[in-house]
Amino acid sequence: MGYLRQAAPCYKIATIMQGIALAIVSILFVVVAVVVTVSGIWWLPPLASNWGALDTMLIITLIVTGVAFIGVNVALAYFLWRYRSRQGMKATFLPEHHRLEKWLIVLTGIGIVILVAPGLFVYSNFIRPPQDALVVEVLSQQWFWSYRYPGQDGKLGGVNPKLINADNPFGIDLADPASQDDVLISPGGQLHLPVGKPVLLELRSKDVLHSFYVPQFRIKMDTVPGLVTRIWVTPTETGTFEVLCAELCGIGHFNMQGHLIVESETEYQKWLTEQPTVSQTMGATMK
Amino acid sequence: MAQPASKDEVHVEHTGHHEPTSLWSKYIFSQDHKVIALQYTITALLVGGVGMVFSWLIRLQLGFPGQFSFIQPENYLQFVTQHGMIMVVYLLTALLLGGFGNYLIPLMIGARDMAFPFLNMLSYWTYLISVILLFVGLWDATGAGWTLYPPQSALPGASPGAEWGIRFMLISLAVFVASATMGGLNYVTTVLQARAKGMTLMRMPLSVWGIFVAAALALLAFPALFVGGVMLLLDNMAGTSFFIPVVNLFGRQLGHEGGNPILFQHLFWYFGHPEVYIVILPAMGIVSDIIANRARKPIFGYKAMILSILAIGGISFVVWAHHMFVSGMNPYFGYWFAVATLAIAIPSAVKTYNWLLTLWKGNLHFSTAMLYAIGFVSTFVAGGLTGLFLGNIVVDVPLTDTYFVVGHFHLVMGVSAIFGIFAGIYYWFPKACGRMMSEAMGKIHFWVTFIGAYLIFFPMYWLGFSGVPRRYYSFSGIDTLPPSLNGLNAFMTVVALVVGAAQLVFAFNLIWSAIKGKKASANPWQATTLEWQTPTTPPPHGNWGPNEPIVYRWAYDYSVPGADEDYIPQTVDGVPARAGAKR
Repeated sequence: MGYLRQAAPCYKIATIMQGIALAIVSILFVVVAVVVTVSGIWWLPPLASNWGALDTMLIITLIVTGVAFIGVNVALAYFLWRYRSRQGMKATFLPEHHRLEKWLIVLTGIGIVILVAPGLFVYSNFIRPPQDALVVEVLSQQWFWSYRYPGQDGKLGGVNPKLINADNPFGIDLADPASQDDVLISPGGQLHLPVGKPVLLELRSKDVLHSFYVPQFRIKMDTVPGLVTRIWVTPTETGTFEVLCAELCGIGHFNMQGHLIVESETEYQKWLTEQPTVSQTMGATMK
Repeated sequence: MAQPASKDEVHVEHTGHHEPTSLWSKYIFSQDHKVIALQYTITALLVGGVGMVFSWLIRLQLGFPGQFSFIQPENYLQFVTQHGMIMVVYLLTALLLGGFGNYLIPLMIGARDMAFPFLNMLSYWTYLISVILLFVGLWDATGAGWTLYPPQSALPGASPGAEWGIRFMLISLAVFVASATMGGLNYVTTVLQARAKGMTLMRMPLSVWGIFVAAALALLAFPALFVGGVMLLLDNMAGTSFFIPVVNLFGRQLGHEGGNPILFQHLFWYFGHPEVYIVILPAMGIVSDIIANRARKPIFGYKAMILSILAIGGISFVVWAHHMFVSGMNPYFGYWFAVATLAIAIPSAVKTYNWLLTLWKGNLHFSTAMLYAIGFVSTFVAGGLTGLFLGNIVVDVPLTDTYFVVGHFHLVMGVSAIFGIFAGIYYWFPKACGRMMSEAMGKIHFWVTFIGAYLIFFPMYWLGFSGVPRRYYSFSGIDTLPPSLNGLNAFMTVVALVVGAAQLVFAFNLIWSAIKGKKASANPWQATTLEWQTPTTPPPHGNWGPNEPIVYRWAYDYSVPGADEDYIPQTVDGVPARAGAKR
């Protein structure tokens, strides 16, 4: 280990090189970040819902933070290079600079307002579902998604988690007349939605937390036992999409995928009318 | 007593407790803050090593799925849970408060020891018990994630290890809270009551300020974890229903009723968010002092730095539910928590500007400590800016629970805090051990770790944009995700292993330098602060010998115009008075 101590004479030069190297590396990080972002190799999956405003907000945020990131790193790299210690150099005694500090705070404040004000404006739409939205229930359990449609009356019947058993997996209150025409899609089944129509998803969970996540829709909402959580979306593209679980829910978490089919209104109606209603499937248990 | 007072007796008068003579009381059950600091540091580093091994196991599965048959989903989730808990609580919190807090507070404020030395000793041994309890729990899987969300964590059968794995973890956390409370009370009291003559609050080094505010946050935040943990343990073991509503698990009704899972999340994050700052504020303070010293320049905007520490500390208690934007809580909460969260960016930005402006017109010396301090600023910015995505609800919704979040918190509080720790260790090692650390090994350690950290965590942002969910054992069969994900994951895993190997260089450097390192002078960095003005290095029991230091100036009189040297220690009175005396 003697050489470590022998390294002392060239230590000064090596030390100065450190600053230049760190400056170069800081700039490299910025360049790579910009190139990767612009190239779009890894970017949001193609949008398939009305939530383009979320993408816009994300891009605004990316620009504002990107400018800050580039600015800070360029300043850092310049200072590291420019003020690296050399023979006979002295630092300037400069404990504060009120005007500079004030301007930096004002500038940062403006950046924050640019982000949060439109963000909250979009959010107010995000949590206000349209009155005419189609209501569909999502029910989660380890590690499946199942769904319930309101049927002809447009109303989901009452449920009670205490009623859940093998014959009544949704815990449906069969005494409720609104339950009779509900349509149940059993665990592992597909969620069908009409294109261009707002849908309000009412989410429940039987056991632990899960999270209903469709990357192309940009939406994500936890399902919580004991609660009904809500999120709304208007699918804008037809096709098949994956439903992923985004909240750790046990060993099958990574494998809790479902499928979602967005189709035209007529196809959707045709599919829906082909599904048996509660009174048809559970008629026997009703008595 | 006819005999002249021995050195010991003079000493006892000042410290209030005897200098220990036996090996046992000197190194094991010591009440000396410096020994306790080293005990905390060594224990936390070893525990952190275990946490790092867990991160390798996680990475092996992600990089080379299916290649390692011993990593099954239940082990994988155990590694994820233990890695998170160990790193946040048992490494970062313990090392920054217990290690640096203990070492630096008395030395930097000119005290002879902590206000309550016995309590201090008890704090360490309680911490050690909590570590042992955590490790005993390793035989069971513990797969609920470090956030321990019920019902999964409370229902045996819902999750691997929801029996003894979780129970040991909860009991260990409760013990840790007891330890952190004893420590926190000590740190806060010592800073308020035991400062040397002339050491006003507005003359304290920022390291002390950061640790002081972090200790206060810990005292206010940890009780929420304690309460949540106790209730969760009761739900788990005694069948209560604090957090468990009616639940049907695999077709079985469990008999719980009336609880609310979201309540736990509020309690957890009421602790969990300040916890982020409990970890980062001491690191910020340490980095501020090192940058000022190595730039040979006063820290820029000292008062603004203190105000932003206080602002961050205060606001950190009212932002917690930004972790819960899609949890199903009342959606109107979102407005407040988004605004408060983005507001906290302002004091954080002020700190970043001030570090940069301290470098501006400085005389920069790139020792390893300085490299890590600058590394801290770099990763804090790279990680902190993405907080502006996650704090703004509508941007958070697509990104939350994806790798974007993993990249964000690893850079901003994991890597940054660790860099703060490394900077501090390279900087204060000569004082603690009386020998210099090897700069050559230090630089190898820095460059591999710094570049490696970026290569591991930076790509995670783009994975997050692509929608890759976190805490997934495997991504096979998911068509939405980009296929290039696998190659990238393998690359990140290889880098993680290389970075891990670099930590062995660090460990070797610590041991080698402690034994064979170059003898350190009393003040090798030519620093102004009190810990470098002790009569001997390492400082003696009681720190100051017969005379306690008197403080005449602030901690940052570097390159004062008209002074002969480019630093004036805080203990120097008089000329040139211009800069220091009025502060």
